[in-house]
Amino acid sequence: MKLFEYQSASLLSEYGIPVPHGEIARDPATAAEIIGRHGGTGVLKAQVLTGGRGKAGGVKLIRVGDDALKAATAILGMTIKENPVNALYVTEMTEIKKEYYISVVVDRNAKCSQLIFSSAGGMEIEEIAATAPEKIGRHPIDPFTGLDEASLRRTFETSFETGMLAYQALAIARNVYRLFKEKDCSLVEINPLALTAEGTLVALDAKIVIDDNALALRPELEVFRNPEEYSRDEIDARTASLSFVSLGGRIGCIVNGAGLAMATSDLIKYYGEEPANFLDIGGSSNSRKVVHALTILMRNPQVSAILMNIFGGITRCDDIAKGVIMAKESLDIRVPFVIRLIGTNDELGRRILGDQGLEAYTDLNEAIKKVISEAKRVSP
Amino acid sequence: MSILIDGNTRVIVQGITGRDGSFHASSMKEYGTKVVGGVTPGKGGILVNGVPVFDSIKEAVAATGADASVIFVPAKFASAAIREAADGGIDLVICITEGIPVQEMIENYHYVKARHKRLIGPNCPGLITPGKCKIGIMPGPIHLPGRIGVISRSGTLTYEVVYALTKAGIGQSTCIGIGGDPIIGTGFTEILEMFEKDPGTDGVVLIGEIGGDEEAKAAEFIKAKFSKKVVVFISGRTAPPGKRMGHAGALISGAGETAEAKVKAFRDIGVPVADRPDEIPGALSQ
Repeated sequence: MKLFEYQSASLLSEYGIPVPHGEIARDPATAAEIIGRHGGTGVLKAQVLTGGRGKAGGVKLIRVGDDALKAATAILGMTIKENPVNALYVTEMTEIKKEYYISVVVDRNAKCSQLIFSSAGGMEIEEIAATAPEKIGRHPIDPFTGLDEASLRRTFETSFETGMLAYQALAIARNVYRLFKEKDCSLVEINPLALTAEGTLVALDAKIVIDDNALALRPELEVFRNPEEYSRDEIDARTASLSFVSLGGRIGCIVNGAGLAMATSDLIKYYGEEPANFLDIGGSSNSRKVVHALTILMRNPQVSAILMNIFGGITRCDDIAKGVIMAKESLDIRVPFVIRLIGTNDELGRRILGDQGLEAYTDLNEAIKKVISEAKRVSP
Repeated sequence: MSILIDGNTRVIVQGITGRDGSFHASSMKEYGTKVVGGVTPGKGGILVNGVPVFDSIKEAVAATGADASVIFVPAKFASAAIREAADGGIDLVICITEGIPVQEMIENYHYVKARHKRLIGPNCPGLITPGKCKIGIMPGPIHLPGRIGVISRSGTLTYEVVYALTKAGIGQSTCIGIGGDPIIGTGFTEILEMFEKDPGTDGVVLIGEIGGDEEAKAAEFIKAKFSKKVVVFISGRTAPPGKRMGHAGALISGAGETAEAKVKAFRDIGVPVADRPDEIPGALSQ
């Protein structure tokens, strides 16, 4: 789960990392009022959960005499990479002497967390990696003993002009890692970490991602949840313990297991159609999940046929079949519905469906060809 | 022959009194697996479908001589179960549970490694040596004893591929789901190394997906050190970047992590990549 910049800034501040003073504004008048209170200067920053905000014009410096109201109106009307701008983070202006980069990330390949530091901050880390890889220092973190402060201290002493700044940087690194651990993050990134004209280090922008698995186990992290990150379908799916991603086509999919769900979408495309969605009902499924899944799919007017592909393992086909019967009774399934059922308890599942006059395929290719021909039949 | 498990493997089920644990303990037993005990703290002394339940791994190992365990406990308690198994002398720990936080898994990974034990998973279907031993949640009857190894990051997609192999008369030596999380106990490369050494395995089907660089590492290993036939299948060609596709690890966060990049990595070294699961049997026999 991604956090907005203003949420990230408040977490950094809570962990003792210096950030500029900032306030949130959801309409232009509030933004202008905040700027007015700060002597007519400040920075307007679009709050969106995507990168590339600066390039899209979502950040505006306001100097004395500038029309803050007009600038705020413009940014609040923008859409950045399909994300409408609903809020501005209005911060004080900082005079920057130099920009650095610092982050802690999960390194899945080394199977540890890693602190990354660069003296070439301000641009995206992928860009630094491409243009100046020698300016990136990677410091693996031992999960049991924490940061290797001796090695970090050496790095900071060579990267900063004064011992005082190196000392400040080490304190920031320590706090970034503490935040990363305590809030179960998969990323805490400060970019840029700016050296100000006053000679101190300040986190001018930050990106924090909280691990979804931790979120499910730690209700106290729910306060950071942003409904804007997800569509209504994705939110409803999560409430029902389903995993859902919209894909834009017209063949609705309900599958058990993420790998098979991806492969099913791929096969639909292979046979010349577009999947409407990715939907994994997960393992150990109860019958109600089938009803929830069909409810979400039926809301999409683009769906012209539905494929349910179940290969039972921990999921039992009889549970699925019961779910289909429940859904048939409670929902108006107005499009062709093709079922493929195989694996654990499949004979039982097939019998339950058969008693209600429903058929199920065993072969996946046949089921996909069938659902595509049905979609073409109802809306050519 | 096979890798990791065979007809002599003695298995403990951690979380045997839960809905999934009890169902799959019975299903494994029916398949012929030596399910010698179960563990649920506080429920020691009872029997679940004829399997004795113990309060701890230590007691279970002392009483049964088990050398493998399979974990069905909820995510909140799964890390404790993994560590207890590693401390209790279990050589092969298989964690089915999905949803363990990634930082906990980093710690678990190093904890198990320091004790020289092997962890498969988490968030995996387990493994099976057809006709001999099934440890996990896969449907037994779709498998056929034979000489092809199967390695996969997925559960149900593995069943799909195994089903295609069996239908074509191609049996399997051992099939392993390594798990769909970003941090897992055992990767593609380690399993490939075992299959290379196994005289009972003639070739391998590798099933990958978007996210991470396990596939890239596997391709390097195959090029340098793997002498047997390999056929690959990669899922997620229709996955949009930045979206988590069900598996916590199935998320494209860099250019090398897309399905296209992975397909290319294998094709570049001459390893065939199937476009459909049912093309795999044909590609194996070419």
